[in-house]
Amino acid sequence: MNRLFTARRSTAFAGAALLSTTLLLTACGTAGGGGGGDDSGMPTELGETEGQISILAWPGYVEDGSNDPTVDWVTPYEDATGCEVTVKTFGTSDEALNLMKSGEYDVVSASGDASLRLVAGGDVAPVNTDLLENYAGIFDFLKMQSWNSVDGVSYGVPHGYGANLLMYNTDVFPGGLDSWSAVFDDAAANSGAVTAYDSPIYIADAAVYLMATQPDLGIENPYSLDEAQLAAAVDLLKAQREHIGEYWSDYLKEIQAFETGDSVVGTTWQVIQNSITTGNTEVVLPREGTTGWSDTWMISSQSANPNCAYAWLDYIASPEANATATGYFGEAPSSEAACDFREDCEAYHAGDEEYASQIWYWSTPIADCLDGRTDVECTDYSQWTTAWQEIKG
Amino acid sequence: MSSTLEQSARTAVPLPRGTAARRLSVALSSRPRARLALLLSTPLLWLGLVYIAALAALLITAFWTTDTFTGEVRTEWTLDNIITVVTGSLYQTVTLRTLGIAVLVTVLDIAIALPIAFFMAKVAKPRLRYALVIAVLMPLWASYLVKAYAWRSVLSEGGIVDWSLRPFGIEGPGYGLPAVIMTLAYLWLPYVILPIYAGLERVPDSLLEASGDLGGKSGRTFFSVVLPMLWPSIIAGAIFSFSLSLGDYITVNIVGGANQLLGNLVYTNVGAANNLPLAAAIALIPVAIMSVFLLSVRRTGALDNL
Repeated sequence: MNRLFTARRSTAFAGAALLSTTLLLTACGTAGGGGGGDDSGMPTELGETEGQISILAWPGYVEDGSNDPTVDWVTPYEDATGCEVTVKTFGTSDEALNLMKSGEYDVVSASGDASLRLVAGGDVAPVNTDLLENYAGIFDFLKMQSWNSVDGVSYGVPHGYGANLLMYNTDVFPGGLDSWSAVFDDAAANSGAVTAYDSPIYIADAAVYLMATQPDLGIENPYSLDEAQLAAAVDLLKAQREHIGEYWSDYLKEIQAFETGDSVVGTTWQVIQNSITTGNTEVVLPREGTTGWSDTWMISSQSANPNCAYAWLDYIASPEANATATGYFGEAPSSEAACDFREDCEAYHAGDEEYASQIWYWSTPIADCLDGRTDVECTDYSQWTTAWQEIKG
Repeated sequence: MSSTLEQSARTAVPLPRGTAARRLSVALSSRPRARLALLLSTPLLWLGLVYIAALAALLITAFWTTDTFTGEVRTEWTLDNIITVVTGSLYQTVTLRTLGIAVLVTVLDIAIALPIAFFMAKVAKPRLRYALVIAVLMPLWASYLVKAYAWRSVLSEGGIVDWSLRPFGIEGPGYGLPAVIMTLAYLWLPYVILPIYAGLERVPDSLLEASGDLGGKSGRTFFSVVLPMLWPSIIAGAIFSFSLSLGDYITVNIVGGANQLLGNLVYTNVGAANNLPLAAAIALIPVAIMSVFLLSVRRTGALDNL
């Protein structure tokens, strides 16, 4: 475990270094059209709040009581800052990326597979974390990571992190499960009732499984696959495709599919398990490890309400709001003191740096291998997208 | 006295005042061409801008390329997207699947619509006829999404279909292509019934009676008298269901299980892959199919019936 951790750390650093050079080059290439995202654009002090803010977020991240009257952490923010909140939710990182390009949203909760693309596209601005009172209370191992900073410049505030879990129907699996093999090698047992996440990033889940079952492929990081490794993952997913009942990207669709029994096993989020009312589902973090997310609140480079945006970033990083929001979604909080307001922090291993390092956080696959290899070129996200369409057929 | 008369006549028919509007209408009354130009310019501008320009933008985008990392469109001319779409086995498979579904939905809809429309137009009493027309139109008042999700629960494990087939030892079809065909056939049925009903109303009863008097059985009457007159209406209905099925991607997302159609490929290339040029190139496939279809039915006169 320790070896894995140190290995991951050093590759992460190498990857970050490579990434930053790429990003620098890309930034130079697009600066003319992007409208500038340099240090001088960062505010050094905050002014009056503008009275409104438009938030783009994962479902369950911004609740104002309209879904469940008892779940509301938006109203305290509105009362304190006078910024009226409008929320738009998205189902996949790609959708978020597309919506951010419209420039209509002030802040976004971006996962690692979107954040660097947002930075490279000039869609988000650097964040002056000195202006955020609650930034100091964030776990240090979440700050300035390769998915939320570029070249030592912070692009946002960590929100929370969690793992993609394996969900199963306890009527079908009375003995429980502890391996992803239920959705890969043994998927035939439940042919037509297996489900998977409908996004190219799901290829990384197959890669995580291959890391454990086919070590001779030499996969070091599920987000940096060379041609041969990608082909192996694609073959695995094509075999899985035969047994897939349906792919999901809308989490409400998955809730319904598990409640009716149309799906009995597949990848899921904790929030889905929390929402299922039939009580015959369980979730587990399989022994092969898993993919996951570490989300960052970012500010649009075209934001018309920067003061409200800063106020939101500060508010959502405050222990109580951070505890409520991450607790509702079912993920570990980013704020250290948030656990004073939550009783289930243990279950999510909040602040457990070593546990957190076992999750392969969503990152954008790029041609420069994230695992530090220089002798091969890795497959990038557009190749993953093409591969994903071919897997679905 | 005469002055009062003169005054009252003046108030009864006042002299037209020389306002700008008045001068304009005087000028237009003697220039019919200018009148026509003014009348048509607004709708033509609308058609040109919104319709033709959007299609042209689509065509042009298909020849551009995109930055794979940031997803920004670059205006470099290339044929790569077209070549990928024409030669890629993925696109060929999905095109054939989409085409097959559109044909099956259309055939199914016509088979259901013909007897219903015939009953409505020729058999039902006026009171029942109006009730049936309203019943056919009723589903159009509900949202497309609600109807598709209704089918999702109808077809789910333990849903109505599955539940009613269980006693016979048959399992429901579940989610997949059969579910897509059923749902689409349901969604587009009103658009097929209405033109066929309108066409049947135009078939005079006297012709049916004449056929009967001359010894024609119902089958012979239908194929030799009704069908030739009805053909344009059937084609008109088919155009609706065929073109709507060809572009659909939401129904297949909701009840299609793991399958994808052309619409889904367009959607993922815009929404997920951020590859607008490739999406535009894929979108040209249904445009091409529809063009061939419309050109081939133009001669039947069905287009006059739309």
